[in-house]
Amino acid sequence: MNLKISALDYVQEVQNGNISAEDFTAATLERIHSVDEKLHAFLSVNDDAINQAREIDKKIKSGDKVGACFGMPISIKDNMCIKNSKTTCASKMLENFVAPYDATVISKLKEQDAIFIGKANMDEFAMGLTTEFSAYGPSKNPWNVDCTPGGSSGGSAVSVSAFECVASLGSDTGGSVRNPASFCSAVGYKPTYGLISRYGLISYANSIEQIGPVTRTVKDTAFLLNMITGLDPNDNTTVDNKNEDYLSGIDSGVEGKKIGIIKEMMAEGTDPAVISATKDAVSKLEGLGAICEEVSLDMVKYSVAAYYTITATEAGSNLARYDNLRYGYDFSLEGYEFNSYIQKARKNFGPEVTRRMIIGGFVPSAGHAGKYFLKALKVKNKLTKEINEAFKKYDLLIAPTVPILPFKLGEKIDDPVALFLVDINTVTANLTGKPAISVPFAVSNGLPIGIQLLADSMNDKMLLQAAHALEQTVKLPEVPI
Amino acid sequence: MTKIGLEIHCQLTNLESKLFCSCKANYRQFEINENICPVCMGLPGSLPRLNQDAVKKATMIAMALNCSTPDKIAFFRKNYFYPDLPKNFQITQLNIYGDTSVGGPGSIMVGDKEIRITRIQLEEDPGRLIYEGSSSKNQITLVDYNRAGTPLVEIVTEPDFENPKQVREFLNILSDLLENLGVSDPSLEGAMRADANVSIEGGKKVEIKNIGSFHDLEKAVHFEITRQESLHSREIEIAQETRHWDDKRKITISSRSKEEALDYRYFLEGDIPWVTIDPAIQEKLKSEMPESISSKKERYVSKYSIPNQVADVLSSDKFYSDLFEDSHTESNAKEIANIITTDLMGLVDTREKREASKITAIHLRDLADAIQTGKISRNSAKNALHEIVKTGKDLSQVMSDLDLGNVSDESELLTVIKDVISEEPQAVEQAKSNPQTINYLVGKVMQKTKGKADPKLTLDLLKKQIE
Repeated sequence: MNLKISALDYVQEVQNGNISAEDFTAATLERIHSVDEKLHAFLSVNDDAINQAREIDKKIKSGDKVGACFGMPISIKDNMCIKNSKTTCASKMLENFVAPYDATVISKLKEQDAIFIGKANMDEFAMGLTTEFSAYGPSKNPWNVDCTPGGSSGGSAVSVSAFECVASLGSDTGGSVRNPASFCSAVGYKPTYGLISRYGLISYANSIEQIGPVTRTVKDTAFLLNMITGLDPNDNTTVDNKNEDYLSGIDSGVEGKKIGIIKEMMAEGTDPAVISATKDAVSKLEGLGAICEEVSLDMVKYSVAAYYTITATEAGSNLARYDNLRYGYDFSLEGYEFNSYIQKARKNFGPEVTRRMIIGGFVPSAGHAGKYFLKALKVKNKLTKEINEAFKKYDLLIAPTVPILPFKLGEKIDDPVALFLVDINTVTANLTGKPAISVPFAVSNGLPIGIQLLADSMNDKMLLQAAHALEQTVKLPEVPI
Repeated sequence: MTKIGLEIHCQLTNLESKLFCSCKANYRQFEINENICPVCMGLPGSLPRLNQDAVKKATMIAMALNCSTPDKIAFFRKNYFYPDLPKNFQITQLNIYGDTSVGGPGSIMVGDKEIRITRIQLEEDPGRLIYEGSSSKNQITLVDYNRAGTPLVEIVTEPDFENPKQVREFLNILSDLLENLGVSDPSLEGAMRADANVSIEGGKKVEIKNIGSFHDLEKAVHFEITRQESLHSREIEIAQETRHWDDKRKITISSRSKEEALDYRYFLEGDIPWVTIDPAIQEKLKSEMPESISSKKERYVSKYSIPNQVADVLSSDKFYSDLFEDSHTESNAKEIANIITTDLMGLVDTREKREASKITAIHLRDLADAIQTGKISRNSAKNALHEIVKTGKDLSQVMSDLDLGNVSDESELLTVIKDVISEEPQAVEQAKSNPQTINYLVGKVMQKTKGKADPKLTLDLLKKQIE
């Protein structure tokens, strides 16, 4: 059984009767059992997957209507609720939280006969970019198991890259889909804010985060978007995309497109291999008829500071509900005094969550908000204005997804500021609500490099067309695991 | 001068659902923790889904209180820990970054006194704590989340009240107004709650929290003024503090714990986009608003010549004014207003009695018409009304069941009159010289007919017989 096929190829193969959902699922589970001990992409695996695949095969055989996924095994980042299954956010706090409802993306994919093969590892509550902050241990990069796969959707990227599933859903608050996709040589997508319902996605920084696919090809991302985007009455921030078909016209290319190369995202400290890959990508796009030139987004230099201030503020509020009153495990018949109980309960958060909660309690507080939180909002507004100006002139923007190559596990975990700076190229899309994609583009010394493209809000379709064009210009080596 | 300001919390009890989910706004009918869902429980991953009807109704309240209404409104998070708050933040509104709550500054007349409204905001009610156990040692606290997410409108006034009487008058006007708008039933337990701040001349401001009803609010304010005045007269300084209303002992008690300055870390609720309420929408809302109490009153007086006081009572109570509106015609309006204000109000003076009452507009119309055409005497009408409220039977049925029809048959009446004349020779003699005495004789006829005689006919016949 060849597991190394794209989502669209999988659908084709099943439809042609060349493979069955059951056989493919069985082989996928086998693959997980053989490699995941090493990679730790999964926090839990769906025991019922084979039965579900068998049911879908029955439907196919009897000629019943079958959903567009045809039993495709998909992994789901463990911060999205699947009814009756554990959703831990890789935290001790939610160790035993069994979601009583489906996230909107989950019900949409269920309707399309997807199989949720397992819940993917992540940094606790999506805070981090290495998966090292998972309370259940880090994931490893399949390209080099000594390296981080990136994060926070590390498990999603690893599972796709190491053929433990066909596609995955991650979430992207400041690069959490694009960063691990870049580090693991997968496609990672952060849609326009509001394009995909967040209902059932456990909030970290709700005003800027989005669910996004991690796939092997750009086309697969478009295929998934067709199923999970659009207005949702359960999420008031969703936007109407009028049932856009992201796959149609994906071959449109980039001829005549104006592309701005973001100067501040190739600044000092960027790895030379990353710079040369980006330059190569630019010339490939030019070869396809795009017009590329440098553009400056001055506010990018403050974006990481603004990003951490805003996300900490929102996290401090979003995670306040985990007071152990209802998600706890520490019950005593004697009861507790409320304040001391909360204090005790809150110790179930890991170090990074704790750090951000403390910052989140401080930066928006009376007397400090003006200096921190409100200033961060100003940066966000100015950055948005700047990028809107840029999109008047350019159809797309381009930059490396991450300024550096995948680094060793443990290398930066004790240096939060160094870690924060790895986000410099990805947070802009979140702060401004714009869509962005990371396309696998090069491998340097056995480590993947992704190129990021950004477009204006609701120009997701054009973005995917450009990404597809860029993707077609390179042939990358296969993952060595 | 005494200064009193109020912060009133009013549940929009008449809405179908909670502020951010489809659970019922009317949580009172449920068993504990049965009126809940992932959203109002604040489960991980759930998102608020704004109830547009709540925004509409809250805006109507703002308009009725003559408040400014912004074109765009926003929601904010108020962050604090409390066991009754499922998310550990409350979604509310805030005006410190510009007027973005449903209502900005406004004012309302209370008698001759203008009371300024500071703002009106829409927010979610928390759950409810239930304390069980008799002593502090075995006391446990339970949480019922049925109420969590119920739409709540907060009305904040400037410290414009000078005495408890003005407070009471304001509250009366406010409850009538809310009821008239059809947004809330102020008589439901816990539907109206309030905090008050009170200061007397030369004293500091004292806040009173936890007042569970309008009735107690007036009492609490009264108690607090008396307490402060008594301290003042003994030259004891009045400390700035927060006190709690003890509704069992009917006194205010200092909150012993030192009130820490809570930092709510307010910020914009990103899960709810700004809501546009532009002038066109506002106009439409205005046109959908029920007629105001003052306009009703004016109409009753000018169109039907209903006396001022009667019109006042009638217009300010939605139950009665709805009955009036549905039953009256040009010709019987005054009669119906009379029946309602003199007789019906006495019969259904409590919430329970009103709910049990079977009276409809048709009953009232029939009754008024019967009185005006002399088919029933006012006296008998009262009895009929009593029976109608109890049973809901038709007027004609009630009249025949209780034998309440007027004796308007002349010969029948004449027989009775002749009896009276022969029984009361002395009075008859006096009546010849003193016309007042004839009323005594009419009374006697009424007695014999059990009040069913047509008074006018009786008088005419009596006069003829005596002469």
